[in-house]
Amino acid sequence: MSKDIPVLNIPKYHADELLGRVHSVESFGTVDGPGTRFVVFLQGCLFRCKYCHNRDTWDLDGGDLYTVADLVEQILPYAKFMDASGGGVTVTGGEPVLQAGFVGLLFQKLHEHNIHTCLDTNGYVGVYNDETNLMIEQSDLIMVDIKHIDDHKHHLLVGVSNNRTLRFVRHLADIGKKTRVRYVVVPGYSDEIGDIHALAQFLAPMENIENLELLPYHNLGTHKWKALGIEYPLEGMEPPPKEKMDEIQAVFESYGIKTIR
Amino acid sequence: MTDNTQAWEGFKDGAWKESVDVRDFIQKNYTPYEGDDSFLAGATDRTKEMWADVMKLVSIEQKTQAPVDFDTEVPSTITSHGPGYITDDKNKEVIVGLQTDAPLKRGMIPNGGIRMVEASCEAYDRKLNPLVKEIFTKYRKTHNAGVFDAYTPEMLKCRKAGIVTGLPDAYGRGRIIGDYRRVALYGTDFLIQDKKAQKASLNSELSSEATIRLREELSEQIVALTEMTEMAASYGFDISKPAADAKEATQWTYFAYLAAVKSQNGAAMSFGRVSTFLDVYIERDIAAGKLTEVDAQEMIDDLVIKLRMVRFLRTPDYDQLFSGDPTWVTESIGGMGEDGRTLVTKSSFRMLNTLYTLDAAPEPNLTVLWSEKMPKGFKDFCSKVSIDTSSIQYENDDLMIGKFGDDYGIACCVSAMRIGKQMQFFGARCNLAKTMLYGINGGMDEKIGLQVGPKQDVLADEYLDFDKVWARFDEYMQWVAGVYVNTLNVIHYMHDKYSYEASQMALHDRDVYRTMACGIAGLSVVADSFSAIKYGKVKAIRNEDGYVTDFEVSGDYPKFGNNDDRVDSMAQQIVTRFMDLVRQTPTYRDATPTQSILTITSNVVYGKKTGNTPDGRKAGEPFAPGANPMHGRDEKGALASLLSVAKLPYDDAEDGISYTMSLVPESLGKEEGKASNLTGMLDGYFGSAGHHINVNVLNRDMLKDAMEHPENYPQLTIRVSGYAVNFVKLTREQQMDVISRTFHGQI
Repeated sequence: MSKDIPVLNIPKYHADELLGRVHSVESFGTVDGPGTRFVVFLQGCLFRCKYCHNRDTWDLDGGDLYTVADLVEQILPYAKFMDASGGGVTVTGGEPVLQAGFVGLLFQKLHEHNIHTCLDTNGYVGVYNDETNLMIEQSDLIMVDIKHIDDHKHHLLVGVSNNRTLRFVRHLADIGKKTRVRYVVVPGYSDEIGDIHALAQFLAPMENIENLELLPYHNLGTHKWKALGIEYPLEGMEPPPKEKMDEIQAVFESYGIKTIR
Repeated sequence: MTDNTQAWEGFKDGAWKESVDVRDFIQKNYTPYEGDDSFLAGATDRTKEMWADVMKLVSIEQKTQAPVDFDTEVPSTITSHGPGYITDDKNKEVIVGLQTDAPLKRGMIPNGGIRMVEASCEAYDRKLNPLVKEIFTKYRKTHNAGVFDAYTPEMLKCRKAGIVTGLPDAYGRGRIIGDYRRVALYGTDFLIQDKKAQKASLNSELSSEATIRLREELSEQIVALTEMTEMAASYGFDISKPAADAKEATQWTYFAYLAAVKSQNGAAMSFGRVSTFLDVYIERDIAAGKLTEVDAQEMIDDLVIKLRMVRFLRTPDYDQLFSGDPTWVTESIGGMGEDGRTLVTKSSFRMLNTLYTLDAAPEPNLTVLWSEKMPKGFKDFCSKVSIDTSSIQYENDDLMIGKFGDDYGIACCVSAMRIGKQMQFFGARCNLAKTMLYGINGGMDEKIGLQVGPKQDVLADEYLDFDKVWARFDEYMQWVAGVYVNTLNVIHYMHDKYSYEASQMALHDRDVYRTMACGIAGLSVVADSFSAIKYGKVKAIRNEDGYVTDFEVSGDYPKFGNNDDRVDSMAQQIVTRFMDLVRQTPTYRDATPTQSILTITSNVVYGKKTGNTPDGRKAGEPFAPGANPMHGRDEKGALASLLSVAKLPYDDAEDGISYTMSLVPESLGKEEGKASNLTGMLDGYFGSAGHHINVNVLNRDMLKDAMEHPENYPQLTIRVSGYAVNFVKLTREQQMDVISRTFHGQI
């Protein structure tokens, strides 16, 4: 099965150091984890979300190559801001688990400087090996994006199965990893109440989950598709109405899941 | 000495009772406040009505882009005009006093220059009384006339080319803060006696030029204090005695300030550090049951209404440079004391609260002196007010307290000075981007085609060579620094001679410490240009005469604003080097040279006057304001941009390093966390030794809408560079400049 899944084009071990493919960095992130965060966007993603707002991160050959040391050196000057706000570093993408080895080593290094680490992922982990385990172990917090509980609809929306994601979420529950779940409400795709019940039932027993963040679909990333000369699949779609969001929130809460917006 | 027992009842003793020492009074008597904003009161109906009356007049100004009225007959002095009130019912005003006899009617102040007055009359289709013109050309010389009598041809050329620009040679220089609090604490009798003693202390001195000048100045100061007393009397108040309660203290302080803005039209007429001083009186009255929180807020509101009404007669040309009719009535708030107690009081909150009670506004220029050690309740309140109003600027108290003590204030935008003990000679700025182009073209001005700098060969390389351009830049910096400081010497010599600020200097000690406040513009353009030359390739494009007029940039290069040392270190070196060069020329009155990295809104005009630059910026395009990275080149987010700016050496830019930031509201995170995220940002920036920051929390779309429908946004306030403006009052060009700046958090 792994054969037909493409891999990132990374010269694996270069001068004894693992390299990472980085799309960009943002020094002032406030929505990807607690406090203000230095956010690393890794390059490369295998999901094909119709509403992706970072379309330019899909390409597996794009971005710039960094060593862990390069990146740590870039991050350390921001420690003051992290201390002042209870923040840290968030690695997102693209899809960071495609570069699990790099993420694990980066987080390990950041911990030597007492910096809080957060992994923002769609949970697309194929094999659980030393690299993925180190990445999970070194993440102080994992934010996992569940696109859909129904495999068929998952496929329709993002182009791949949700098997790996759901297995990842279960794995985090098994090992008791501090986790937050994010769910994007896309009108006509992921706003059916029956599906919401199913997802809530899946999550309700998991004690490691701090909260679920409910995000309305937004169309702010469309210009990135246009810039790449690609048609935006959800052209013309509007964000869900507030009432819909309220309704969905109420369902999650009825299962005792702490839900934020 | 007069008997002040009653006015000072309940205040703790100290050195302040024997001699003029407002700081000692504050330290002995103020009550630090560590709590939050929950005690604050809202606006009273009276306040709302009063403000609505003023806004009616303000909207006329906004619609017509012209003064409501101005005087063409009577030159303004402290006592030239009878009392003025906002409405016919003068009892409605808690604090009284206007610059002239009618609200928003601007005074005519010809001492700085009669040309400015004449040009203003022409611009607004009014006629200046010919007698006034005759007096100020034939019988009484102005500062402006004096300066032009003494300028050299080289100075005039530099001024014309705009390599030095914004010089205060046509109007008042400003940036002097009288210690207006002294009038409230001591009354003018005490201060006059003190000044007389100061003058007597010089009786046995040799009659050197310096001593003669000082004796003359002290005499003028005594006259100013006497006139101040007369002016207050015309409103029915006796300020010869100390203020006896909070309302009087506020009124007396304002009268002292009013005397300054009646007699001087300085570019920046800052207020000082008043809130915590007034708080002592307010606390005493509240404890005695004489005042409620509502009364206290109403009094501060009324003071602020008056400060928002300060106006000067300016030409539309001036507006190109300092857009939006700014007056820089800067009030410095908060900070820490040398003894470790915070100087935040309830009145620090009350002053910021005026942005709610009276809605957002650019003036007074509310400036928070930020210390990491300030109470969290105050920090978060500041952040909240910033998010709601975009009307506050912040400056690093932890950085300044070591240099200026704990009773300094900010003049204009970023210039710290010990209140009543220090003043500056405002020196505008030198265009370093143009200086760099002079280096390449051997002193030829790229815009006006005039040989302005010393003539040398044009650099001949097809691709610019870093070492050669750097060496040339250094040579021309050396030349321009010399011309620049000498020009300022002329200006300030003449200003002292023909437009001395007697009422403000009367509220200073006898011997003041003076700085020569130079400045630079175009720092990020120059740093990026050198980075492009070093790390990319820059091809010189020449015109038929062989002068370089354009550049072709290829390859990527590090840009200032991304916390990248390769280019940030160049910016640091340029600042330090220019400061060193400025220090090499002797200054008038032995002023200590300093410099700022601040452009106010003149970054637009500087850009207009500067040709293509090697960083790829096109001729005529604006520079970034102050120490900002160039628009859109800071790609790593707000904090990377902040850290690049924080690296600039304050020791070599002691007059201030201005940074203006625009954030979209969403970038601060979820609603409930926004204030504390902003607090964290400010703590981190100042903890990294950043000096100044303007915080705007706005959407670009809203600004665009305000351009199309200004009538819907009469009070939309935005921080530009060291001051705030009504967005709708900016010129269209400057509105476009603001909109094209980096908005951090835009997806």
